[in-house]
Amino acid sequence: MSHNGRYILKNGRVIDPLQGLDEVTDILVENGRISGIGQFNKKDAEVINIKGLIVSPGFIDMHTHLREPGREDEETIKTGTKAAAKGGFTGVAAMANTYPVIDNSGMVKFITETAQKDGYVDVFPIGAVTKGQKGEELTEMSDMVKAGCCAFSDDGNPIENSHIMRKALEYSKVVNKVIIAHEEDKSLSDDGEMNEDFISTKLGLRGIPPIAESVMVARDAAILGFTGGKLHIAHLSTLESLEVVREVKKKKLNITAEVTPHHISLDSSHLVSFDSNLKMKPPLRTKSDIKALKKGLKEGIIDVIATDHAPHALFEKEMEFGSAPFGIVGLETALGIVYTELVKTGILTLTELIEKLSVNPAKILGIGERSLKKGNNAYITIFDPKKEWVVDKKIFVSKCANTPFDGYKLTCKPVMTIRKGDIVFREGKFYKK
Amino acid sequence: MEITRKDLLGIEDISMEEIETFLTTAESLKEISERAIKKVPYLRGKTVANLFFEPSTRTLASFSLAEKRLSADSFNLSSSSSSVLKGETLLDTVRNLEAMKVDFVVIRHSMSGAPHFIAKRLTASVINAGDGTHEHPTQALLDLLSLKEKFGSLKGKKIVIVGDIMHSRVARSNIWGLKKMGAEVSVCGPPTLIPYKIEKMGVKVYYDLNEAIEDKDVIYVLRIQKERQTGGLLPSLREYIELYGITPEKLKKAKKDVIIMHPGPINRGVELDPRVADGKHSIILGQVTNGVAVRMAVLYLLSGGKSGDVS
Amino acid sequence: MTTKEKGTVMDEAQIKRALARISHEILERNRGAENLVIIGVRKRGDSLAKRIKDYIKKVESIDIPLGVLDITLYRDDFTTIDYKPIVGKTEIPFDVTEKIVILIDDVLYTGRTVRAALDAIIDFGRPKEIQLAVLVDRGHRELPIRPDYIGKNVPTAEDELVEVKVKEVDGEDRVILRYCIDDEKNEH
Repeated sequence: MSHNGRYILKNGRVIDPLQGLDEVTDILVENGRISGIGQFNKKDAEVINIKGLIVSPGFIDMHTHLREPGREDEETIKTGTKAAAKGGFTGVAAMANTYPVIDNSGMVKFITETAQKDGYVDVFPIGAVTKGQKGEELTEMSDMVKAGCCAFSDDGNPIENSHIMRKALEYSKVVNKVIIAHEEDKSLSDDGEMNEDFISTKLGLRGIPPIAESVMVARDAAILGFTGGKLHIAHLSTLESLEVVREVKKKKLNITAEVTPHHISLDSSHLVSFDSNLKMKPPLRTKSDIKALKKGLKEGIIDVIATDHAPHALFEKEMEFGSAPFGIVGLETALGIVYTELVKTGILTLTELIEKLSVNPAKILGIGERSLKKGNNAYITIFDPKKEWVVDKKIFVSKCANTPFDGYKLTCKPVMTIRKGDIVFREGKFYKK
Repeated sequence: MEITRKDLLGIEDISMEEIETFLTTAESLKEISERAIKKVPYLRGKTVANLFFEPSTRTLASFSLAEKRLSADSFNLSSSSSSVLKGETLLDTVRNLEAMKVDFVVIRHSMSGAPHFIAKRLTASVINAGDGTHEHPTQALLDLLSLKEKFGSLKGKKIVIVGDIMHSRVARSNIWGLKKMGAEVSVCGPPTLIPYKIEKMGVKVYYDLNEAIEDKDVIYVLRIQKERQTGGLLPSLREYIELYGITPEKLKKAKKDVIIMHPGPINRGVELDPRVADGKHSIILGQVTNGVAVRMAVLYLLSGGKSGDVS
Repeated sequence: MTTKEKGTVMDEAQIKRALARISHEILERNRGAENLVIIGVRKRGDSLAKRIKDYIKKVESIDIPLGVLDITLYRDDFTTIDYKPIVGKTEIPFDVTEKIVILIDDVLYTGRTVRAALDAIIDFGRPKEIQLAVLVDRGHRELPIRPDYIGKNVPTAEDELVEVKVKEVDGEDRVILRYCIDDEKNEH
């Protein structure tokens, strides 16, 4: 977008949690940085009028599956980052469970170089904890961090062996990066398809009990207490797990947690339709879990909202429920859902929401603070909190449309996404250098 | 009450009035199987596809007879003989059936929800012949018919279902059906085989068989599979038989005129002692007779693709 | 379709006499009741059949076997109607082979019901002969079917209806002629 790298975002409501700022004012962007906050007019630069919109530090999705390399039919770094831009995200942390797995510095470089070329927004590679994600040998964490890795995770799979998890947390202290844990005790989840509750009993679908998650959260929290290091719980979904995290935080251990938009908006009762777009891991839980998770967000027990964007080809998802793979996309619907479920209902303030979507993920991943302070890189998300819109999967920019939210009426839509001063998404159009 | 639905996928979402219609129609159709020429022309020229992805001799035979006695053209696609093994998806199978212009599909599948998947995508009427551990509606209907013949009204009658409730679609369909007809339903089995929060279906849960059968009018016995021994569900069949096997001795604790039912096939000597299976309390063979009549009634009452709309 | 009553075609006494006469005619034509069986077509034909059977028992002390036939599954109009008719029970507790079947229905109109009944009976065996008795013949045959015994001939117009009420089902014995009311046309 041509504006000579210099423009004014005029009259938006600027909310910057790290500065304690929440006021209607202007932002001057110049050469990829925030040049000033205050009153500016068109003498100074080109004016972009954003009256009525919210200006926030750029969102980061710290849990995205970009599917490249290996499943470019489902998503690529190009299409995934495009979807991210549309969702208001200025950066995504890309999970390592691709084909092949991102478990060495060469693969990390592949991601950073492809992202440099094709990406609409920043891509922060997450490396595997163990080679091939087999859960046996640790990866060369230092080498991978040098190549650009921001965190480590075997997500897709739990780290089943307690000894390996212990060693991973210990070793991660060398690079001071977070281990993101997919918490699932496979002997308890067995071949489960949905949450184990009355709905699974009624539908005759095999259940995944909540303890399959909480047992592992408790285990990893205990290991964390013993070893130190940084642990982040991916897609926390049960009130049992939440209780564990609450207790561990009281002990001031370095534990953080994320929740997905779907886990705070949909419960297992929707599964009576047998729609495989409702099938994911961890599964949709009960209304009590949703209530507890929302409370956990308010109380700060849950630090981050992350999408777990998991594209799956139509031919794989359009199957009888038991045969379909787990996972749904989320980048293009995230903001609408979390605003409608959390801010519109008065559970979170806008400031608190923005913390969960930008300040906290940036802090946990150690990728530099997300704030609109003068001099900072201009990572900015602009959205319309009053916009009512209907989800239409036919116009998704992601390659896949495996979403349960098609046709849902949501409030709040991303309007502009700015990455280091470049406007990459504006009113439905995409721009790349 | 008129049946206007395209498919029969389960008992949970059909009304008591619809159940009555299925049963009274089945009663009228029963005599066709007693004639010398067991055929009426109603489904002449209509095509029925039997899609059985799980092995079954008796349910398939029962449906085949019902189809043929109504003069339909029926054919079987079983998982061992179809291209399912070659990796053809259920979706492709469905598209092929639609292209072949079948009027009815009878489907048995190992995954819960498979009939719902195909019903949404076919104009043909879909009949669920058993999906995973979810429902087996025609079994429940034939059981209800057998009980109606025995008792007339089921209001207040006490029925206990004994066995592996967790893995039983027959149990679930029967619980829905019996409750809709006003019966009091209980389940009994080892705790590891009772599914989570099943009381929410409106049933009482017993772990002790003697306590469970004391005051019941009907004992519905489920088949126990040897495979349950692995996976930590049962220590041994021996202990299961000791605790839950229905024997003449155990029946002494039950009502004098208690009825014994079983969906078949029976593991003689395991869940049911042969003397009980063949004894005066058992109405098991009557259940089988009613199976053909009920399936004929279902084929008669569903629209057969005439007025069906793909959603 | 709304209809209005035009008038009574047969009252209780007339019906009684007609059934009595038909019973005598059956016995006369077949020289007694040997080898006869009676099958009434549900519904109402079966009530009339029972009365004929009882009458014959009274006058000749012979018990002719009685069956009830539901022809729903043999109808030819399933593709055109938009509802699913209720199937009643068919009970023919005897062999029809080599017997003379007296088929009894309340009204003979297009002949399609009788056609369906003939197909049904032949599925039960091979009768020696089938004779048709009807309480009312209202004409307008669409198939080559003719009755052997008639209670009353009632010539009708296309837009008229003959309704038979019997005590066993409707609480009274009466044959009524009705006509259709079309909102656009004038009433008769």
